[in-house]
Amino acid sequence: MHDLSILLIELGTVLLGLSLLGRIGRRVGLSPIPLYLIAGLAFGEGGLLPLSASEEFIEVGAEMGVILLLVMLGLEYSAGELVGNLRSSAPAGLIDAVLNAVPGAAFALLMGWDWVAALVLAGITWVSSSGVIAKVLSDLGRLGNRETPVVLSVLVIEDLAMALYLPVLTAVLAGVSLAAGATSLVIAVATVVIVLLVAIRFGNAISAFIAADDAEALLLGVLGVTLLVSGMADKLQVSAAVGAFLVGIALSGPVAHHAVQLLTPLRDLFAAVFFVFFGLSTHPAEIPHVLLPALALAVLTMATKVLTGYLGAKRAGIALPGRFRAGLALMPRGEFSIVIAGLAVAAGVEPQLASLATAYVLITVITGPMLARIPDTEWFKAMLRRRTATVPAHPMPQTDTSL
Amino acid sequence: MRVRVEQTALPGIGVRHDLVMASGRRIGVVSHRSGRRDLVLYDQDDPDACIASLPLTDDEAEALADLLGASLMLGQLAGLRSQAAGLLTEQISIPAGSPWAHRRLGDTRARTRTGASIVAVLRDREVIASPAPSFAFQTGDVVVVVGTREGLDGVAAILAETEPDG
Repeated sequence: MHDLSILLIELGTVLLGLSLLGRIGRRVGLSPIPLYLIAGLAFGEGGLLPLSASEEFIEVGAEMGVILLLVMLGLEYSAGELVGNLRSSAPAGLIDAVLNAVPGAAFALLMGWDWVAALVLAGITWVSSSGVIAKVLSDLGRLGNRETPVVLSVLVIEDLAMALYLPVLTAVLAGVSLAAGATSLVIAVATVVIVLLVAIRFGNAISAFIAADDAEALLLGVLGVTLLVSGMADKLQVSAAVGAFLVGIALSGPVAHHAVQLLTPLRDLFAAVFFVFFGLSTHPAEIPHVLLPALALAVLTMATKVLTGYLGAKRAGIALPGRFRAGLALMPRGEFSIVIAGLAVAAGVEPQLASLATAYVLITVITGPMLARIPDTEWFKAMLRRRTATVPAHPMPQTDTSL
Repeated sequence: MRVRVEQTALPGIGVRHDLVMASGRRIGVVSHRSGRRDLVLYDQDDPDACIASLPLTDDEAEALADLLGASLMLGQLAGLRSQAAGLLTEQISIPAGSPWAHRRLGDTRARTRTGASIVAVLRDREVIASPAPSFAFQTGDVVVVVGTREGLDGVAAILAETEPDG
């Protein structure tokens, strides 16, 4: 009983603290993700207020957080959208992968880490934060902008790529042999492809199976299916997160719509717990050691993201200002980078990785949304006008053939 | 006179429709999955960027659509009539202080006296189609009349009379 009271007091304190942080964050226009990470740092070992009794509970909550983050991500897209996007935006996605994953991998090797850590860091620097970026675009009133579909399709491709990357990473982290790794990779890819195909063909039938009219039954049904499939995916070493993502994709129509409304509060709760948990597993004392490398990595990969967005928008026939808007909007890394780092930390890869990932995500997720506002400033517009004035004959995007 | 409307999917958000107006300006609507709609107006210097993004509630969007759609309908009606039988359409407003405010449509005896018909009344962004003789005018109403030139002038004269019983 004594433990229970401490657990409740600790959890209550943590959640109250998060609520306060979230409120402060919203006031200054900051995403809550960095604040939750910082809170986790404070509550963790070596932090200001270490937790004693609730760590285990938070660990399970964090798992739930990842699963809910991913199922909600899947619910946002329909399978048709994903595949349709794949056809039209594959080149942009490829540029994105090369420009952003390679620097991460190279950086890890430079730090003297092994290739597993390089694979992990490649993923961390590759994926932009869909949640943060969608929020930034909406806050800046850019949803109607013509470069916005470019930004969104890069995010979709990344999310889809994660459905293949995570199982690979899970297999590698499990330290299985090459043959077993290849087997689980094949299983993973086949599962993803089959689920996508089934979702496109029979998405309506699957959704009809879970009736949308009873809120309670729907909530329990969707959550049940998600956990069940995640668990099975985990057993198959496809990663629980991917299982959840696929469940989200398979659901569509009114079921998806209502499920989003029902799951959002749960997702908010457990995702917060997840970010806190990740902060918990980082030693604040290690942050200063990795601060400089994290800063260098952040500057490098934020620049490559700008280039990604610039090239993607250029392909879509967007004019110069829009290309910079697309590039600068793509910079923040967030939930996915933490999910990847979380997997690696749980598997015991490179002890410094957690603190590096924390610092890296903190830097990009705080500065990214701020820098995204640059193209709206007068001086930036004036600078672009001067530049376009000196280069004759490309006021229209179609006529621009120079880089 | 069809306008080309471009549709763009916004994965995870919804869909955007936009069109380039005859004036060269671009205007669009972002329809969110949640049912929210944003009316967006694009920048003249930077046609990729929207300078205004106005979130509309369902009711607001419907009212705006009615407003825009109604004028379109009346415009088409006017075109049709003048082509078909030399009939014209005119919109006559009931200004504040008009003796016709709160009086009934039947009292105008417009059709008997001029041959022109009152086919609709526009009130508060709404179209009241084929109003009955018992329909009572209010100030601010816009009366839509169909008839010959003389008929329309006659109705305008009746509605402008200071002493309605004449």
